[in-house]
Amino acid sequence: MAGTELFRTDPRTGLQYHKSAELLIKANAVAAVVALLVGGIIALLITLTRWQAVHLLNADNFYLLLTAHGLDMLVIWVIFFEIAILYFCSSTLLRSRLATPRLAWLAFALMVIGTVTFNAAIFTGNATVMMTSYVPLPGHPAFYLGLILFAVGALIGCFIFLGTLVVARAEKTYEGSIPLVTFGALTACIIAIFTIASGAIILIPTFLWSAGYVKSIDPLMYRTIWWAFGHSSQQINVSAHVAVWYAIAAIVFAAKPMSERVSRTAFVLYILFLQLASAHHLLADPGLSTEWKVFNTSYAMYLAVLASMIHGLTVPGSIEVAQRAKGLTKGLFEWIRKAPWGNPTFSGMFISLLVFGFLGGISGVMMGTEQLNMIIHNTTYVPGHFHATVVGGTTLAFMALTYFLIPSLFNREVIMPGLAKWQPYLFGIGMGVFSLALMGAGTLGVPRRHWDITFAGASLPYEYPGTAYLMLAIMGVSGVVAIVGGAAYILITVGSLLWGKRLAAGAYGRETTVLRMPVDTALTGHGTGGFVAPGTFVFAMVFLTAFILYYFVNWKYLSTVWGLS
Amino acid sequence: MSAIQPPAQRIWWKQPLDKVELVWIVIAFAWCLVMFFMMPYWHVFGKQNLSSETYRARPEMFARAAEEMVAKWKVREETEAKIPVVAPPAGADVYLIARLWDWWPILELEEGKTYRLNLMSMDYQHGFSLQPENINVQVLPGYQHVVTVTPNRAGTYGIVCNEFCGAGHHKMVSKLYVVKK
Ligand code: HEM
Ligand SMILES: [Cu+2]
Ligand SMILES: [Cu+2]
Repeated sequence: MAGTELFRTDPRTGLQYHKSAELLIKANAVAAVVALLVGGIIALLITLTRWQAVHLLNADNFYLLLTAHGLDMLVIWVIFFEIAILYFCSSTLLRSRLATPRLAWLAFALMVIGTVTFNAAIFTGNATVMMTSYVPLPGHPAFYLGLILFAVGALIGCFIFLGTLVVARAEKTYEGSIPLVTFGALTACIIAIFTIASGAIILIPTFLWSAGYVKSIDPLMYRTIWWAFGHSSQQINVSAHVAVWYAIAAIVFAAKPMSERVSRTAFVLYILFLQLASAHHLLADPGLSTEWKVFNTSYAMYLAVLASMIHGLTVPGSIEVAQRAKGLTKGLFEWIRKAPWGNPTFSGMFISLLVFGFLGGISGVMMGTEQLNMIIHNTTYVPGHFHATVVGGTTLAFMALTYFLIPSLFNREVIMPGLAKWQPYLFGIGMGVFSLALMGAGTLGVPRRHWDITFAGASLPYEYPGTAYLMLAIMGVSGVVAIVGGAAYILITVGSLLWGKRLAAGAYGRETTVLRMPVDTALTGHGTGGFVAPGTFVFAMVFLTAFILYYFVNWKYLSTVWGLS
Repeated sequence: MSAIQPPAQRIWWKQPLDKVELVWIVIAFAWCLVMFFMMPYWHVFGKQNLSSETYRARPEMFARAAEEMVAKWKVREETEAKIPVVAPPAGADVYLIARLWDWWPILELEEGKTYRLNLMSMDYQHGFSLQPENINVQVLPGYQHVVTVTPNRAGTYGIVCNEFCGAGHHKMVSKLYVVKK
């Protein structure tokens, strides 16, 4: 096919990059890494403050930087990277031109301007309100305005993704249905649109309130709508990183999804049910009925949990099938023992899967249970949980993908391969221990977002047990390990872009090829007769056992506290 | 074929699934059902359920109710700030004010007795965190939340604020006594 747009074919992977899309993917990915750098430096400072024995910053700076850390990481790093993924999964994977690259640059500019705006409000000390900015805690109008601008930019990015799907279909750049990974990205995009709309619904009136045009904002309404944004945006991350898991399984092992039907249905469950799970942030709130809480956390959340449990089986399962086909069939686990553990794309992805499932998933379901929530609400258990999901899970998956993108998209060789080999382990294991330590401190009642649990200077201090301090010390040490891993990632990424050996990029031309439908398989999966991934099934049962035990241990603990009704 | 290529069949939703997937889906779904039924089950048979009894209230009204309670049942004062310690009778409405940056007054409850603990904030959002029990409840301005509590162990408890509420957040901490009679 020949058109008017310029494309190149990457000689190593055969991926076909649209020139305008390529630049945009690069710009968004680079912006993401800059945010990660800023957020990471702050992470070091706040970690060394919460480590009570070090207690680095003063209170005002701690709260200020904590606000910046939450937003620059959770919103800026993650969403810039996701926009890059959306463009990659539409334009590159479908071999299509990107719809309206100019608008995409406008979106990028809005996101950058928004980021600078709210950071200016935070760093001048005018918006120490935490990322949640719960009303009526007042922040400077520029804070909300910056977030709104960023959200509008991201929203435009989502529509460009959808537009590209339409273009690809109309111009017949691919045969059959869109690939599973693109389907996952589509899921993320649909959830993102809902999420950003909720964000706008609550942040625009809050902006007007901070500027003095609206008299007051009801705090409970704020929390309800804010969490429709705040929680659902985590579903974007889950969909995106699950799509990345599938992509990496495909890239590293040429793994075929076990069953397209199962994997795609599981993505659809995310769209249908994860939205409502935002209720689990309100379980300890007054003013909401018990029925509402139970309904929204159970029916809605558990079907989404089911979806994650399915992906948790089918991703490693597809790897197992691919490995067994290569002859690694000895026993239950040869396929995983002989996996390329020295390849950071694979090891990062697999550690991400483990940390997300075992630490993030199980703790998330525990917290999301109506009564159990009471024994951890707003303790460090909460940041412990979400550092396992969004850092050990999402962030690490994105890091793993980067090692693939550096040669393919940026045409550079990854520098310091020895360090790159270790990077996912440092980051993933550091984060795993960090999360566990925060959860441990949380079960001992240590509050989140708290500068000083010795309560120095307070008239009626409370004394936490020594183990709480021990937990915070473990958090400090493992946090530093994870930060070293994060610094290694940034060093390798930035270093490779600047100094990595240039690789042949493939010349730009107007010729493109259509993405063909594979012809070699009939209408079957792996067959219903066998049990194609027994090793993965054993892992799944180990996971389930841990899950059940941990779940009931918490009920047991709950049954010993004060009676409440 | 692989996940970054189109599925081998356009009608992917007809692709059969493997037994390992099917078995896992059934098991996982059963577990999700168990987790779902635990919540209503605990509402009927469990003893720890957060009440949803809530009233809209103005700060002045709530503060007045708290002051009246202090006037009736004050037993002593503590600290240089002379914070009243209140020992209300069992079954009474007990008021605890959350405000920048303290809890007021100090409560003294009796082990095994039940009280209606009224929580509300006078200003920003706060977090009621009872230690070492680790019972945590969000406290909002304008919403008077009535939590029925039955302390089951005598001792001195801490009440920590665990929602960020501005510069003095980490100083917002108080005590609660549970006595045996
Ligand atoms: C090595 C990396 C990291 C370390 C050591 C780290 C450490 C911390 C610490 C110590 C806190 C404060 C917890 C508290 O006092 O409540 C925190 C909060 C937080 N972190 Fe991280 N973090 C890291 C990476 C990330 C990343 C990559 C993200 C997002 C993708 C993230 C998102 C957050 C959020 C959302 C908060 C909560 C802020 C709030 O309470 O408003 N962190 N982190
Ligand atoms: Cu407070
Ligand atoms: Cu506070």
